[in-house]
Amino acid sequence: MPIVESVDGTPIGRRVFLGLAAFGVSGIVWGSKGAGLMERLLGPIAVKDGSGFLGLLPTGRFRIYSVTGHLPRRAPADWSLDVGGLAGAPYTIGYDELLAMPAVEMTKDFQCVTGWRVPQVRWKGVRLADVIARAAPQAGATALEFESFDGAYTETLTLEQARRDDVIVAYELDGKPLSSAHGGPVRLYVAPMYGYKSLKWLQRITLVAVPRPGYWEQQGYDADAWIGRSNGRSDAPA
Amino acid sequence: MDRFDRTERWLHWSTAALVGVLVATGAVLYWGELSSILGRRAFFKEVHVIAGLCLPVPFLLALPGRRGRGLRRDLGVLNRFSADDVRWLRSRGADPTVRLGKFNPGQKLNAAFVGAALVTLLATGLVLRFFSPFPLAWRTGATFVHDWTALALGLAITGHVWLAVADQDALGGMVSGSVPAWWARQNRPRWYQEQELNEEPTGSGVPGP
Repeated sequence: MPIVESVDGTPIGRRVFLGLAAFGVSGIVWGSKGAGLMERLLGPIAVKDGSGFLGLLPTGRFRIYSVTGHLPRRAPADWSLDVGGLAGAPYTIGYDELLAMPAVEMTKDFQCVTGWRVPQVRWKGVRLADVIARAAPQAGATALEFESFDGAYTETLTLEQARRDDVIVAYELDGKPLSSAHGGPVRLYVAPMYGYKSLKWLQRITLVAVPRPGYWEQQGYDADAWIGRSNGRSDAPA
Repeated sequence: MDRFDRTERWLHWSTAALVGVLVATGAVLYWGELSSILGRRAFFKEVHVIAGLCLPVPFLLALPGRRGRGLRRDLGVLNRFSADDVRWLRSRGADPTVRLGKFNPGQKLNAAFVGAALVTLLATGLVLRFFSPFPLAWRTGATFVHDWTALALGLAITGHVWLAVADQDALGGMVSGSVPAWWARQNRPRWYQEQELNEEPTGSGVPGP
């Protein structure tokens, strides 16, 4: 029985396959440079893009991480923040009360330690310095521990870091109340540091002398997480 | 006229099902808005990872032995680009003198791309899932490549489904395994001729003599 099969011709398919696969897999190594380039190219355009089309592309967008199995949720009415520890006047504040405090706004890039960067995010909240001052820190207090109501996520800052003007207790993102995915109803926003320092789902601030390492510090990330000057990275400051 | 044997169809549809799950769960993980509506992020992540790890299984099961003969032969056909294929590409399918074999060059390139994309997604996905032994920059790189490859593959799949739905006879080749003889004569004349010469009995489902 005659057998005619189309095995003539140039073996292009396998080369295309192997070439593309090698290109893609090697991207694990070169991709961080590619990502940086893409952020610089598309970032400024995406900010001006009114259609939101560029918002669908994998650049300049938030990626949502949660350290627990679920996305923690709390309605503003059920939310409150405890500020205590080495404090002369520990207190608890509700959502409406927090919003009544003097607000600050700032627009900055959000930089994650894993490389992604969201350009020109608009934040609104209360200066952490004001929140702390109201509790009247005692002389022995040198640092702060932050706790999330997800029951697992914790973070720390030194008192000096916490008193910077660009560190806020945030409740609005891009003009809208913070969603659960973004750490709402209230989160920390530490502008000069990598995203993991900006604790989501904030519920407790404790003034301490020696802080216990936070969740990501226990995973090996730096406690002083200055953008571009920590975690072995060299990103531009936000 | 027999086009795809049982093994090939099983491989196609089991992989399609896994990719479907990966696209759906990936979309939930990717779009924060969808995440916050549906919640249960950890569940979707787990399903995404398990489906991803399962991805090579159908292929590895389908490839070896007697049952994989048709698949291996077709992979060989997808690899080779004939002079006609090159003219088809140059004329973007318009050259009427081109006589195509079993697959048109677009299908061959699509197969190479989809295969490479799946390998890339699996490799980068493994780095994302088991990131601790790797440098932080690798996680950044893997995130970047995983996202863009997924987007490109999404476009390729959309085009693939679009063309399949537009040509129900061709789609039938992957559903029932066979295509009408007139379809083969008209669209894949060289393949039609080969099949005629091989005098393969129709409907046997067993590839080759």
